[in-house]
Amino acid sequence: MPEPRTRRVLVRDKRITLTHGAGGKATRDLVEALFLDAFGNDALAPLGDSAVVSLPPGRVAVTTDSYVVRPLAFPGGDIGELAVNGTVNDLAVAGARPLWLTAGFVLEEGLPIDELRAIVTSMASAAGHVGVAVAAGDTKVVERGKADGLYVTTAGVGVLEHDVVLGPERVHPGDRVVLSGTLADHGVAVLIARGDLRLEGDIQSDTAPVHELAAALLGLGEGLRWMRDPTRGGLATALNELAAQSGLAVRLREDALPIEPAVAAACEILGIDPLYVANEGKLVAVVAPDVAAEALARLRAHPLGAEAVEIGAVEPEPEGMVLLDTALGGSRIVDLLVGDPLPRIC
Amino acid sequence: MKYVDEYRDPALARSLAAEIASLVTPGEVVRVMEVCGGHTHAIYRHGLEELLPPEVELVHGPGCPVCVIPMGRVDDAIAIAETEGVTLATFGDMLRVPGGSGSLLQAQARGADVRMVYSPLDALELARREPDRHVCFFAIGFETTAPATAITLLRARAQELSNFSVFCNHVLIEPPLRAILETPGLRVDAFIGPGHVSSVIGSDAYRFIPEEYGRPVVVSAFEPIDLLQSIAMLLRQRIDGRCEVENQYTRVVRPEGNPRALAAIAETMEPREDFEWRGLGVLPASALRLREPFAAFDAERLFALPGARIEDPKACRCGEVLTGQIKPWECGVFGTACTPERPLGTCMVSSEGACAAYFSYGRLRRPREEAGVGA
Repeated sequence: MPEPRTRRVLVRDKRITLTHGAGGKATRDLVEALFLDAFGNDALAPLGDSAVVSLPPGRVAVTTDSYVVRPLAFPGGDIGELAVNGTVNDLAVAGARPLWLTAGFVLEEGLPIDELRAIVTSMASAAGHVGVAVAAGDTKVVERGKADGLYVTTAGVGVLEHDVVLGPERVHPGDRVVLSGTLADHGVAVLIARGDLRLEGDIQSDTAPVHELAAALLGLGEGLRWMRDPTRGGLATALNELAAQSGLAVRLREDALPIEPAVAAACEILGIDPLYVANEGKLVAVVAPDVAAEALARLRAHPLGAEAVEIGAVEPEPEGMVLLDTALGGSRIVDLLVGDPLPRIC
Repeated sequence: MKYVDEYRDPALARSLAAEIASLVTPGEVVRVMEVCGGHTHAIYRHGLEELLPPEVELVHGPGCPVCVIPMGRVDDAIAIAETEGVTLATFGDMLRVPGGSGSLLQAQARGADVRMVYSPLDALELARREPDRHVCFFAIGFETTAPATAITLLRARAQELSNFSVFCNHVLIEPPLRAILETPGLRVDAFIGPGHVSSVIGSDAYRFIPEEYGRPVVVSAFEPIDLLQSIAMLLRQRIDGRCEVENQYTRVVRPEGNPRALAAIAETMEPREDFEWRGLGVLPASALRLREPFAAFDAERLFALPGARIEDPKACRCGEVLTGQIKPWECGVFGTACTPERPLGTCMVSSEGACAAYFSYGRLRRPREEAGVGA
C-alpha cells in the first residue's frame, strides 16, 4: 500500500471546464478533492488503472446501469443517491450482498462544482449506508449542451452467500406475489419536479436500497422464487417479463395495490397508469404460498417494508399474461407498455 | 381520492349491474355505442364489460381525436416540422400516429424539432421564449380542445406574436355521428353521448339523434359508475317507450353548453367545406379552419403543404370498426400486421382507439363475446 495522502487538495473553480476532463492537473485535483475525499477507501485510494479486490466465497453477481435523470435533484433524492441505490438494488434482487461499485461520470462543461459536490456527497452517503465501497471511477467532460448537467454510470459487484436459486423457472402456479410498499412515487415525483406540468404536490421519490429487504426474504430459503426491483416501466413491466419468461400468468388485485393518495391523484390528472411508473426503492417477489405470510412479516419488520402487501398470485394460464381484477369486479389485461406513458389528451 | 372514489364504488357498481340485468329482455341484444374515446378507455380500464349481461353489447365509436386524423394531415405536420427554423408542438398522442411517410417521432429522430406539450398555451409560451424560432401548434381534437386553441389564438394576436402559428385539424362531433347513423344496416340501438365535448356544445346538440334517427342518447361522465348509470338510463328509455336526450353528466354539462367557449371558437374558426376522416371518408362541414382575421397564424397559409390524400392501407378496416360494423378482432390484420407497437390503422395508435384498447386490455374476452347471444 502507498502512503496515505495527507495533502489537502482544493478545487478553486466554480464550474466544470473542459480542462477538468483533459487528464492533467485539473483532472487530478478534481478527482482528489471531490471523489477521493468523498469515497475514500482502500480499493480506490491507490488510483490505479484497476481496483484490486479479494472476493469472498460464493457466486458473484455483476451489474451496470446508467443514470440520466432530469432534474438532477428532486424531492426525496438526487441522481447520486439514485445511481448508488439503483445498482445496489439490481444486485440485491439477484440475491447478492452488494460489495463494490464503480462510478463513471460524464460532466457537462459549466456544471457548478458545488452541485457536483452535493451529488458526490449524497452518493458517498448512500454507499456508506449500504456498506458498499466505490472502488473505481472515471470522469469525462463534454462541451456545454452535450449532456444534461451530468450522467453517471455505476457498475456493481456482489456475492451470493447462499444456495438459493432465483428465477422465473422456479415460479409455479399458486405462488404469491408480494410487494414491499407503495407504487409510482419516484416517477411521479420526478415528473412533478420537472415543473413543465404546473402541478404541485408533496410527493417524494422512494429512492432507497432494498438490500436488507432482499436479505430478509432470502432467509425463506427455497420458498423464495423470484425477486425484482420494479424501476423503469414499473410493476407492470417487471411482471410481464416474469409471465413471458415463466410461461405462466400473473393475476393482480387492483384493490390490494398500495398507492399514496397524492400519487394516485397526480396519475389521474395526467392520465398515467401507476402500474407503469418507475419505483426506485421497492421490491416485488414471488414466494411459495405456504411462506407468503412469513414473507410479509419479514418485509414489514423493516421500515422500508412497513406497507408490504400481497398483491396477487401466479396462475397456470393464460400463458405469458398479466391480468388485473379491477376493484369494480371486472378484469383486464396489464400489457407491456408501448412508447412512453404519455398523458392522454381528453 | 375525493371526487373519484365516489364514482368507483364497487358496491354501487354491483347494484347498478343488477339493475341493468333486470332491464334487459333475455336474448334481446341492445347495442350501445359509446362515441367518446375516453369512455372506451374507461370501459376497458375498469373491465366494465364483465359487469354487463350478454344482452348489452358495447360498440366503440369514432370519438378518439387521434384516430380520425387522416395520414395526409400527419404528412403535412411532418413537412412543417422539417422546415428549417420551425418547431412543431403537439399533444403526446400524435407523435406515434403513422402518416404516409412515417410518424412525427421518426421525423424527430431524423432531426426535426418536435416537442410534446400539454396545452396550446404551452406552445405559445415556447414561441414567446424562443423568438428566433417559428413555433407551430398541431391542433387536433373535437369541440373539447378547440376552445383552448381559440383562446391561444386570441392571446397570440393580443401579444402580437409573429413567430407562432396553428395547424388546425379541429373536427366537429355531429358530422361523424350522422355518417354513422346513415350507415346502411346500422348496428347501433342507443348512444352514450360524449362527456367533455358536451361540456362545450351542450346536451341539446344531440337532439337530432332521437328526433331524426329514432335512437336515444344519454350524455355520460367518465367514471365507471357514471357509465353504468348511463347504460341503465338508456335501457329505461326503451322500457318506458321514450326516445330522447338525457344528461347523466349534470355536474359538468348544461343543455346549452358553454357559451364563452363556443364564442371563442366562433371568433377564431369557421367550418371547412369538407374534411377527410380516417376510416369515414370525406365528410362535408365536419372540421374547422382559422378565420380570415387569423390568417397570419394559419399554418395552412404560411407553409407549402403537400396536402396529399393517402388511402388507408387496404387491409385496414378502421372505418368498419369506427362505425360499429365489425369488432376490432374481426379485422384481418388485428393483432398480427397491426399492433400498438406497429399500428397500421389509427384505431390501434391511441389507448383510446377501439383496437388498441381492445388489444391492450380486453383481448381475452373475445371468446366470451363470440359465444354471446347472437342478434
